[in-house]
Amino acid sequence: MMRPAPAIVWIGTVLLLVPAAGCDDMTRQNKQNPYASRETAPADIPSGVVQYGQPGDTSRPIPPVTIALLERGHTEYHVFCAPCHAETGNGRGMIVQRGFPAPPPLATADLMSAPPQRLYDVVTGGWGVMYGFAQRIAPDDRWAVVAYVRALQRSQHMMLADLTPEQRAAP
Amino acid sequence: MAAVFSPRANVIVTVTIIGAVGVIVGGCLWWFAWPRSDYVRHVGWAIQQPVPFSHQHHVAGLGIDCRFCHSSVEHSAQASLPPTFTCMTCHSQIWTNAALLAEVRNSLADNRPIVWARVTDLPDYVYFNHSIHVSKGVGCENCHGNVARMPLTYKARTLTMQFCLDCHRDPGPNLRPLANVYDMDWHPDGATPHPADLMRAYHIGGRNLTECSICHR
Repeated sequence: MMRPAPAIVWIGTVLLLVPAAGCDDMTRQNKQNPYASRETAPADIPSGVVQYGQPGDTSRPIPPVTIALLERGHTEYHVFCAPCHAETGNGRGMIVQRGFPAPPPLATADLMSAPPQRLYDVVTGGWGVMYGFAQRIAPDDRWAVVAYVRALQRSQHMMLADLTPEQRAAP
Repeated sequence: MAAVFSPRANVIVTVTIIGAVGVIVGGCLWWFAWPRSDYVRHVGWAIQQPVPFSHQHHVAGLGIDCRFCHSSVEHSAQASLPPTFTCMTCHSQIWTNAALLAEVRNSLADNRPIVWARVTDLPDYVYFNHSIHVSKGVGCENCHGNVARMPLTYKARTLTMQFCLDCHRDPGPNLRPLANVYDMDWHPDGATPHPADLMRAYHIGGRNLTECSICHR
């Protein structure tokens, strides 16, 4: 008949198993990561979330127009607007060439006289078949796009008389 | 006196020696080479997706910028997968009846996200951040390969720790001017600043980029 193992054997066995507790797979950790699971982030908006940046939102003041703002606007326009509106703003971008309804040209009298807030709201919430870009373009970048669209409009209606002598002399 | 070894002994010894060498070589290959193979690392595998999205068509064919869909890449650790809303920006008007896009339309109608399969999945102990890389001149292509040539998306580089460290030890040659970060098939030309100048312009080099805590927390 076997004698029961002495306590030291049991304690030793348990102590030997302790390091094994560290052997979990650290490539998968139980933490908040929107893309950690096969399911993506939930489509439903959690309760208590306050929506902002809707059309008519004037919480973001118009920033001063600087060359940096215009360059940022150029980049954002190229990324998000040019596929339909085209780099020149004539509304014949590649997606329009592939069948998307053509938007009106940006450099029309109507749009040139539209207040900046109106252009900002269209970028934010869309207009007609154009979807809103609130989720993709940050508020400050939307103002940059508006500033760039203004520059685009002016560039296509420039008269020689509008230029200063220095600008005319420039190559 | 009878022979000590029978005529079969030669065969047995030869087979044993060849077998032993085979086991050792095979064991080394299995232990060291196999886990490092592109097959195990899934490099070059096109993964089954709910919609067979073609980067080749959208990027090379239509000229859509990476950021149109991966819009948080400049501001966030994640480049982010586009929500169905982004797909429908165009597909609410074009290819509206395509059977291929039924999953996209159903997703919008049912308010149910499309569950894309991950192409590159870093371990959870790696805290990779997209925004710092694109703002310091690392091109998308440096890690993701020429996505504009992928009809179905696959992992183009190993993305192992070795891959990360190779660049973190000497980032210069992998840097681009900011204007070219999102370009595909980009190569430095005569007008490209010298790697050392790019490093200085991006203020890289003040901190040791191979410190553990750069990537691990």
